Amino acid sequence: MALITRRTALQLGASAAALGASSGFAFAQSNIKTATATAPKLPIEKGATLRMLRPVRFVQPDEDVFRANCAKFAKETGVEVKVDFVGWEDITQQTAVTANTGAGPDVIIGFNEAPHIYTDKLNDLSDVAEYIGTKYGGWLPLAQKYGKKHGTNNWIGLPFGASGGPLVWRKSAVEAAGFKAPPDDHAGFLDLCRKLKAANKPAGFALGNAVGDGNGFANWLIWSHGGFLVDPDNKVAINSKETVEALTYLKGLYETFVPGTIAWGDISNNRAYAANECWLTANGVSMYFALKRDPKLAEIAEDTQHSLLPTGKLDVSPMAGLTLNAMCFKHSKFPNAAKALLAFLLEKEQYDPWLQANLGYWSQPLENYSTSAVWESDPKVALFKNVMKSNFWIGYKGPISQASAAANADYIMVQMCASVASGQATPQAAAAEAERRAKRFFR
Amino acid sequence: MTDASITSNWAQRRADPSWIVRLFDWKPFLVTICLLPAVGLLMTFLTYPLGLGIFLAFTDTTIGRKGIWVGLENFQYLFTDPIFWNAVFFSVFYTGIATVGKFGLGLWLALLLNNHLPFKSLLRAIILLPWIVPTVLSAIAFWWIYDPQFSIISYLLIESGLRTTNVDFINTAWPARWSLIAANIWRGIPFVAISLLAGLQTISPSLYEAAMLDGATPWQRFRYITFPMLLPILAIVMTFSIIFTFTDFQLVYAITRGGPVNSTHLLATLAFQRGIPGGQLGEGAAIAVSMIPFLVFATLFSYFALARRKWQQGESND
Repeated sequence: MALITRRTALQLGASAAALGASSGFAFAQSNIKTATATAPKLPIEKGATLRMLRPVRFVQPDEDVFRANCAKFAKETGVEVKVDFVGWEDITQQTAVTANTGAGPDVIIGFNEAPHIYTDKLNDLSDVAEYIGTKYGGWLPLAQKYGKKHGTNNWIGLPFGASGGPLVWRKSAVEAAGFKAPPDDHAGFLDLCRKLKAANKPAGFALGNAVGDGNGFANWLIWSHGGFLVDPDNKVAINSKETVEALTYLKGLYETFVPGTIAWGDISNNRAYAANECWLTANGVSMYFALKRDPKLAEIAEDTQHSLLPTGKLDVSPMAGLTLNAMCFKHSKFPNAAKALLAFLLEKEQYDPWLQANLGYWSQPLENYSTSAVWESDPKVALFKNVMKSNFWIGYKGPISQASAAANADYIMVQMCASVASGQATPQAAAAEAERRAKRFFR
Repeated sequence: MTDASITSNWAQRRADPSWIVRLFDWKPFLVTICLLPAVGLLMTFLTYPLGLGIFLAFTDTTIGRKGIWVGLENFQYLFTDPIFWNAVFFSVFYTGIATVGKFGLGLWLALLLNNHLPFKSLLRAIILLPWIVPTVLSAIAFWWIYDPQFSIISYLLIESGLRTTNVDFINTAWPARWSLIAANIWRGIPFVAISLLAGLQTISPSLYEAAMLDGATPWQRFRYITFPMLLPILAIVMTFSIIFTFTDFQLVYAITRGGPVNSTHLLATLAFQRGIPGGQLGEGAAIAVSMIPFLVFATLFSYFALARRKWQQGESND
């Protein structure tokens, strides 16, 4: 917690300039194109102050740059901004309390579905979204999905970035198995996993109650076979022949995994990969950086490659990134100041340094930021710049809602997969059970 | 002061005590204000949350939306939900087996510690360690011990050539259940052992002397003196232990999160999973409320079955 006043803002501004030197992190010059766009008129209320909540950082420079950006806003507009960084598990609950009590922070950067749950408690952000969108080459598909109210063109959230989990693999192992890269079709991918298993360098994907990795893999498996949890009318559609087909495929695939993946949490594949026990998995970019930073593991990092999960029966690899989604509450006494702050933070002078500070953990929601220097900092990270160019979201193909978020948090998809993989249920029974559970949420 | 001086000084009648003094001398008022802080604390921190929890169980509240009264709908759904019944089964199984284990081993340990041993106090202090360590820490330790890839037990077994593959502790349903029960027993033994040790030390040595003179065997001394004398404390300790075990949360949540595929959910972990991450506060509360009958039954059972005077004081006394 830090209260940014105008006086400290000056000091912070100075320290932000020195930030690169002090943290050993120099911001490269990015060439971000802009189009002409008229900023919405947002006369800032007299005596405005803002409180903001956002999830805690991945890396220290994230927080430093974010605070410095807010300090810069305070300096330029005279609006004090107090930013609180909240644990990832807590932000959903704190958002709920804020929305229900009509008190607390003016602005919250939450995750994924949050603005869609509290639509009637939020200010419309269309003017800011249109301005920023026009200026920076348009919002990417995932940003549009998470930002706009379902079925309308009204923006209720402003996505700030997303984090995806593609395949992470050991080049040496994949090449030794006779592949240049993991193939894009299901049969080829299974073949690769079988050969890796035979070479005693198995693949492994989390099938335990792991919010990020577990759901990521389960969603990919079902989506890439053409299945989905709910249809566009919000009807549960998981019990389909595509799902059964996907689960049948999983039975074969699971046999090639390193043992124990049904007990895996979010951290397990990182540990197994770092210990040379697992040679192909799916994870966010965090794993690569952890390996790269540790001198003892640098060799593994050197041998690591990222690529998208197989496209399977689709044209693109289905992946739904975890999205930062900013919302501005109606109870705020200074809605213009709040909107001005969000617009300010998305402008290239502020956003690009922040994007770079995050090293690729978060990927931009706006087309023109794809030329940011961050994506040239390491070729192995470049893949992540397209995380938001995705047409898949949590709860695909239904509207984003409390129900789709709850189905995700309750591991319906993961447990459907795990029960088939462990042999507890037939694919048909597992799909029927998932349907039964999902119907409870989508009623 | 002498008697004479008192009488001479007490010429005047003492002034009436002020209203405030009289108020405080008035019993009903005094009782009320002395109780007020305690009642206030209990109402705020026990009755209100419990009442709210029970109320929520009859609504369809979710995180982010106030619910409406739905009567027994949550319970009706839960009774058709195999995951709920699995949690009921595992809660009872977990409590049953872990309690038997804790009491068997705990009593044995207490009997050993009750003998004259060198470094007695130090040993007793060491025994308490698993109980003193915060549950989450011991849970994380067990999480590592049971890790599918990095288990120390698997490592030792493989290094010593006894096995060629890692042990499957928590990757399939039954091994996961037994692993959790073992962790719970490990954690619960000290509580039982130290409590029973305290009970053992209250037994008068003269009873043993008399039994020795009568030529009783060690087993007879245990069966007819130690065990009956220990029963009252056994009843209390068992009540506590059953409640703690049945409502356990941290061990299961930290080690398996209810997995693999919900096979190790206890009612407490399932209530949390549905209520907080799943956002279905009403349903989560209903699961939590459904623990109450089991707890009341367990409490009444240990209280009435084990704490009967007849048992405590030998067959002849009624």
